Amino acid sequence: MKILILGVGQVGRSAANSLAREPANEVTVVDINEPALRELQDRIDVRAVAGNASYPSVLEAAGIADTDILIALTNSDEVNIVACQIAQLLYRTPTRIARIRAAEYTSRPVLFAEGALAVDVWISPEELVTDYIVHLLSNPGALQVVDFADGRVQLASVRARVDGLLVGKPLRVLREHLPGSDVRVAAIYRDGRLIAIDGDTVIAETDEIFFVAARDDLKNMLAELRRREPAVRRLVIAGGGNIGLRLARTLEKTHQIKLIERDPRRARKASEILQNTIVLLGDAADEELLIEENIDSADVFAALTNADEANVMAAMLAKRLGARRVMSLVNRASYSELMDNRSIDVVISPQTITIGSLLAHVRRGDVVRVHSLRRGVAEAIEVVVHGSADTSRVIGRQISEIELPPGASIVAIARGEAVVMAHKDTRIDAEDHLIVFLADRRHVDAVARLFQGER
Amino acid sequence: MRSLFGVVHLLGSVLAMFSVLYLLPIITALVFHERAITPFLEGAVLCLVAGLLVRALTMRFRTDLKPRDAYLLVTLTWLVLAAIATMPLMMLMPSLSFTHAFFESMSGLSTTGSTVLAGLDTLPHALNMWRASLSWLGGMGIIVMAVAILPLLGIGGMEMYRSETPGAVKDAQLTPRIAQTAQLLWFVYAGLTALCAVCLRAAGMRWFDAICHAFAALSLGAFSTHDASVGYFQSPLIELILMVFMLIAAMNFATHFMALRKGEPANYKRDPEAKWPLVWIGISCVVVSIHVWLHNVYPDWSTSLRYVSFNLISLATTCGLVNADYGHWPVFAPMWMLFLSCVCASSGSTGGGIKVFRVLVLVKQSLREMFALVHPQAVAPLKIAGQLVSNRVVFSVLAFIFLYFITSVVLTFALLLSGLDFTSSVSAIVASINNAGPGLNVVGPGTTYGTLSDLQLWVCTAAMFLGRVEVFTVLILFTPTFWRK
Repeated sequence: MKILILGVGQVGRSAANSLAREPANEVTVVDINEPALRELQDRIDVRAVAGNASYPSVLEAAGIADTDILIALTNSDEVNIVACQIAQLLYRTPTRIARIRAAEYTSRPVLFAEGALAVDVWISPEELVTDYIVHLLSNPGALQVVDFADGRVQLASVRARVDGLLVGKPLRVLREHLPGSDVRVAAIYRDGRLIAIDGDTVIAETDEIFFVAARDDLKNMLAELRRREPAVRRLVIAGGGNIGLRLARTLEKTHQIKLIERDPRRARKASEILQNTIVLLGDAADEELLIEENIDSADVFAALTNADEANVMAAMLAKRLGARRVMSLVNRASYSELMDNRSIDVVISPQTITIGSLLAHVRRGDVVRVHSLRRGVAEAIEVVVHGSADTSRVIGRQISEIELPPGASIVAIARGEAVVMAHKDTRIDAEDHLIVFLADRRHVDAVARLFQGER
Repeated sequence: MRSLFGVVHLLGSVLAMFSVLYLLPIITALVFHERAITPFLEGAVLCLVAGLLVRALTMRFRTDLKPRDAYLLVTLTWLVLAAIATMPLMMLMPSLSFTHAFFESMSGLSTTGSTVLAGLDTLPHALNMWRASLSWLGGMGIIVMAVAILPLLGIGGMEMYRSETPGAVKDAQLTPRIAQTAQLLWFVYAGLTALCAVCLRAAGMRWFDAICHAFAALSLGAFSTHDASVGYFQSPLIELILMVFMLIAAMNFATHFMALRKGEPANYKRDPEAKWPLVWIGISCVVVSIHVWLHNVYPDWSTSLRYVSFNLISLATTCGLVNADYGHWPVFAPMWMLFLSCVCASSGSTGGGIKVFRVLVLVKQSLREMFALVHPQAVAPLKIAGQLVSNRVVFSVLAFIFLYFITSVVLTFALLLSGLDFTSSVSAIVASINNAGPGLNVVGPGTTYGTLSDLQLWVCTAAMFLGRVEVFTVLILFTPTFWRK
């Protein structure tokens, strides 16, 4: 698949990185910043074209004529929109995705309707990250919560603690613990490695467990794996940038929020926009400030500035000063691996969150949703099965009969409005939405092909 | 000097236009076949001639008005119109001194509504109409001043609407042009007046009374055609109608306009100046009526509620129509009503006093200071209904409150010095500077200001005038910087 990415900022870079890793893709990147392009080319196998991303001549040089997917990720909403428009008018590019930040545009769906702006799909990384954090906050204890089938099924990961009811017991007893609930364990990572699971697998402390659950059962399942934590009321946010501000705005009616911002101008702006949030001017790593603002009674401290290092340090400090749970935004993949100990409870990687929504459009077959997990190593996808028992290798078969690549498993099925947890003997129908967990994303193509209906 | 003559030139135009107002009493005199028509005809001609003459003489000084000249224009307009409006009064009542006549016309033009005249019921209809017209015109002038002139100067409680942040709702600026905005608001004002008059007529007043009282209610002026004011009619329905229209008149007319045009009453909810006074007044009515009832002034609570709510609303909105002599109520009640008159009228309404907007700024600023003590590093801009109020506006509000307070204190002392008793002095000044009308004791609702000495009357006139033009406007003329080139 030929992919053209405009803009190599944080999101553009990680998109290029993640897409170029799949051998089937040919990725070209365009940016006005030549050094950034060179640096990217040194690390990954992409073609790079320097120039203004919305100029037809530049797009032509980047080979837009036979591009399958245009992904416009520059800093400017307007450049992204114009690039998509030009791609449609001049080159008939089949799929056009644009990053659009401003709610002024995104809140008016009619702009993106058929025949309006030539943007097929818009993504707003800040919005995705904010939604992700809101999900986490509403399920205290979870490391990650993502939606499938329009939110009817959720996949969550959690680190087991000794105070969880199921910890130290084999998986088999789950059914007795939660009778009538729709939950299924998808994978268990022990000491960072995937382990094979069956009914006799005993859950140990510090295991990282992925499970799917119907939305209403998620909280009960969390309680099985670690003591039920009280709901989040008091939230301290460090960083009043796009994400911090948006999060505060989303939650300020229901939560007590303090927002710490170092830049006076931005603090001022945040205080003007926010109605019920206490905006504090200062450094999030200032011990005095944190103590003065009662960090020890904060339910969650979320460090959401642009600087990874500042986030990590502030979050660690807040943890030491008594914040119940700390989260940190970490852009660099290498850092987030370092953080895998107890000093920071949740590491949020904006790239991993954003990339999923791009991947869904790049994948072959009818993949409607992709969530990147474990810093991009694993993946969970929602895929629609097409065809009939004659043409498909899966329709009409039981799950146990389907040959999946290693590390892949079907965990749940959304069938119409209903949600079915996958069992050995569950039969697959046409038009089922399968939720598949892939421990190794390299097999994703094989999985997609399997469900596509080709023999 | 050039700009002074430029202002005088404009004043000439205002004067010429003022002559139109004489038509109302002239028509009244014709309808009732009264001989009192001559003074008004003469007055109209004098006004027109004088106005045109001044205009012609100063034609060569004609310039565009600078914002700074507006202070002078506003001040002179009110003074000159009040002076010239005394003429019909003095011609029809030869016993009336200029002091009394000037008090009366200033009371009208400033929409205060306190009177020095007794025996209103026996006055010629034309004269009563003249008094009512003065206060109706005064109300109109205030609305224009509030939307067209004061925002340019950055005072008058309309500061909120010229805040520097773009994108915020500027409801007050309804159209791109100020003149058009003023015109629209006049339509609203005139329309509401007509509606009020029709309602009052339907409730049993005769047309003449209905029109005069509609003028009084919408301008919050309170010149009644009867000594007993609204008490004369003894009709709960009339009182109810007047209460509603007084509350309407105490709200920002721009809000009315927006609500009417868009047809959504939700507009009132968004205007913080509409919400809070209603809350304060509502609670006050209940509490005060219980208080008054417990002191056995009225046999039962519902009667107490009727009289308390009418007089309380009337005073709180700075109207001043009365239907009972609340001078006999326990002192808490009238004092509280006078206090409410300071804080219950909106900017952009015909009411007087500090204005709700300023009160909200003060309250929020106080809360903000306390908040800053708890969170020393917090960034907390002052917001009203989610809209930012800049520090510059906060300071200007603080300065206004200080000047308003000092002016009241100084004038009260002036009355005390003249020998008036304490309650009368305080209440007279508070009622005058808020343009509410009746005070307590010798200036209470049962009596008139006619008993005061000339000096005391001039002090009260000054209070009405200063309160009406927002203190700043006049005091600035006494600063050397204003006159420096």
